[in-house]
Amino acid sequence: MNVKVNRRSFIQVSSLVSGGLVLGFSWGSCTRPEEVIVMPKEWFDLNGFLKIGDNGLVTIMSPNPEIGQNVKTAMPMIIAEELDVDWKNVIVEQAPLNTDLFNRQVAGGSQSIRQGWTSLRTTGATAKQMLINAAAQKWEVEASTLKAEKGFVINSAGEKLGYGELASIASGMEVPTSESVKLKDPKDFTLIGTNVSNVDIDKIITGKPLFGIDTKKEGMVYASVLRPPSFGNSLKSVNDAEARQVTGVSDVVQFGDKVAVIASNSWAAMKGKKALKAEWENGETEDTAFHDEEMMTLLNTKTDKPKREEGNVEKGFAEADEVIERIYEAPFLPHNCLEPMNFYADVRSDKVELLGPIQTPAGTRKQVADLLERPEDEVSVDMTRMGGGFGRRLYGDFALEAAEISDKIKKPVQVLFTREDDMTAGTYRPASKYKFKAGIKDGRMTSYHLVGVGYDMWGNCTRHDNFPGGAVDNYLVESHTPHTNITTGAWRAPITNFLAFAEQAFLDEVAEKCEKDPVEFRLELFEKAKSNPAGKVEYDVDKSIGVIKLAAEKSNWGKSQDGVYQGFSTYYSHNTYVAEVAEVVLENGSPKVQKVTCAIDCGIVVNPLGALNQVEGGVVDGIGHAMYADFSFENGRANHENFNTFRLIRNPEAPKVETHFVESYNDPTGLGEPTLPPAGGAIANAFAKAGKERMYKQPFIQAKGLIG
Amino acid sequence: MATYTINVNGKKREVDADPDTPLLWVLRDHLGLVGTKYGCGVASCGACTIHLDGSAVRSCSVPVGAIENQKITSIEGLSEKGDHPVQLAWKEHDVPQCGYCQAGQIMSASALLKKNANPTDDEIMGAMAGNICRCGTYNRINAAIKTAVKNS
Repeated sequence: MNVKVNRRSFIQVSSLVSGGLVLGFSWGSCTRPEEVIVMPKEWFDLNGFLKIGDNGLVTIMSPNPEIGQNVKTAMPMIIAEELDVDWKNVIVEQAPLNTDLFNRQVAGGSQSIRQGWTSLRTTGATAKQMLINAAAQKWEVEASTLKAEKGFVINSAGEKLGYGELASIASGMEVPTSESVKLKDPKDFTLIGTNVSNVDIDKIITGKPLFGIDTKKEGMVYASVLRPPSFGNSLKSVNDAEARQVTGVSDVVQFGDKVAVIASNSWAAMKGKKALKAEWENGETEDTAFHDEEMMTLLNTKTDKPKREEGNVEKGFAEADEVIERIYEAPFLPHNCLEPMNFYADVRSDKVELLGPIQTPAGTRKQVADLLERPEDEVSVDMTRMGGGFGRRLYGDFALEAAEISDKIKKPVQVLFTREDDMTAGTYRPASKYKFKAGIKDGRMTSYHLVGVGYDMWGNCTRHDNFPGGAVDNYLVESHTPHTNITTGAWRAPITNFLAFAEQAFLDEVAEKCEKDPVEFRLELFEKAKSNPAGKVEYDVDKSIGVIKLAAEKSNWGKSQDGVYQGFSTYYSHNTYVAEVAEVVLENGSPKVQKVTCAIDCGIVVNPLGALNQVEGGVVDGIGHAMYADFSFENGRANHENFNTFRLIRNPEAPKVETHFVESYNDPTGLGEPTLPPAGGAIANAFAKAGKERMYKQPFIQAKGLIG
Repeated sequence: MATYTINVNGKKREVDADPDTPLLWVLRDHLGLVGTKYGCGVASCGACTIHLDGSAVRSCSVPVGAIENQKITSIEGLSEKGDHPVQLAWKEHDVPQCGYCQAGQIMSASALLKKNANPTDDEIMGAMAGNICRCGTYNRINAAIKTAVKNS
């Protein structure tokens, strides 16, 4: 992310808060609810990211959408570190959508911290330099003789000037160029690397309005939308007589193949929608049996252009002592954010206001502008905290619906999906299948052929340059990405959320054939990638080996107690290296995952308290979906529509997660996704150790003999 | 449509609603108490958990017409200053990720501790099994409940 700062934004002086206002407010980690703060009389904007009050309080904008990855805490921490302000004097606000000031206001790809790292630091350091320059002017000394610490500029005599006293002068000063601003040596960080509580913790635990679904606006009505029950269906006709009889229902409007019931409250809108009698035109619909057949055919179809080829796999297989081939299968999956999709829109003649949970506010603003044929600068999209994203909220279909309905009824409206809408008319992780073939010669894997099939998977359903690319002499990766009329999209750790399991489960079988310990087997491959690579190596071998050894050491790999079965897995995604060891015990013959040890190299850990939460969540999420997530389509219609039949992992099923971060001064990399991909492989490999059959298909729970 | 007088967080509140309106929506839309969350509408996720005379119930599946004199407590009424031992423990452990399910988790946990001041691990997991956390904060939820037990 590059920060664009113009002169004007630096010299604006705002007094947003009237003098002496005392607000009940709790601070991050070190506050008790009864603490109060005195708000400043005047705020001074130093740049788009921060303003400083005349009493030294600092408001820092968090630019990116918050979906539970905790960037609303971590991104301002990075600015505060370089600004040298005491965190207890920091107020965090969600920034508005402003593509002139902020780039990439997106929650996706685990990239917020990684891509924001340098520019956030520069932003803080630039503001600090301006405060130092202001003090230099006041004291009439060279700026280079001054230093900053915890909200004060200090001169060589030890005298101090608070940021609050300097903000007014600083806000009118020349902005130093980013080249002239010095960033800290990471070894000198005092805030980064410490545990800081979620900035919204008090609001969350007391139930304050915070999420999109909590939006209440003057004159706002609620809309519940009937959508085609099957992908491929279209609306033939609708009878809304009964819906209009429901108390609270004020209107029924049709748009495209959808029908919106408008009401004075959410329940009335939902009840009205249920009372609609619609007839549907059957178009071309798809079902899981068709997908399975199509994917199986493609697994055995050669592609015109492999994604990567090294050596000659056919020759390798012909010369091998043994060849092993396995197929792995994954269904479509809904995202199931716990906060169902919703959005607020108010389409007026002068402007269009949208508000709600969205991972891509800028893209959504453009789509709304296009839809309504309005200039983009008439459209605003404000961000709320999100009750989960997982990729679903990259797609603004619900925001477009809200805009379209508001435009039709000329009222502010909130569109709210029921859980059934969310699960049956959403976007889905694409179904995929992978076929792996390995040739073993003299106890080593010398040939490796992967064919993948994934619906609409962005032109490539593999990670052809990931491990074991570069570690096997004969290597071939092919990909098919057929089209489906089921709406697909990114789902936490796209592609690798399943591919990693398949690969890591397969490698365990190959290790077994090679009569090698699974950890030793992987380490040998990485050593080969380092000492005698087969073509390019696009991952860091030393970091890969580092996390493998750390996970093995911390889990006492190979030395578990009797009755505890360990499974190993490692994966690199979102620029982060992860290794996991799952420990499984048998309870009445059924496997229970009791613990996962996770080693992770994600560079500098900005906020360990939040980071640990991400690691734990990713592991639990990965295990939950691998174990239980069953989903299919029949005649274009989803087979599950709510949590009473669709199984998500619950409290008693979650293992204890023990996390070990590799100590590092490297720039931070992704964290919201990377611990999910290896989790499925770790438990599947542990099940095999426990004497259960190997897992080839998600959800594992359906495998014969796994339970009991 | 009928008028109901219900006891919410220690106050009598009047609402005009159809009798089949779930308490969840009465709280959220009629009374503006949005801390109680909608997740599934079929009592399967626990996001809407409140206390009815001190017991945890799923407010999405309790119609307002079925309420008589029971005391309804929502997350907003769990404590005056957000300082119920369970809330404080949630803060100490920094439990939430997205935070959406947490009001329901806190209401289930506080109802458990009211009935069982010193639950075993299995009793904690059993009592919390009805509350889904899609982000996977279960480790911290259980740790926070143990802290709350200690500090109660």
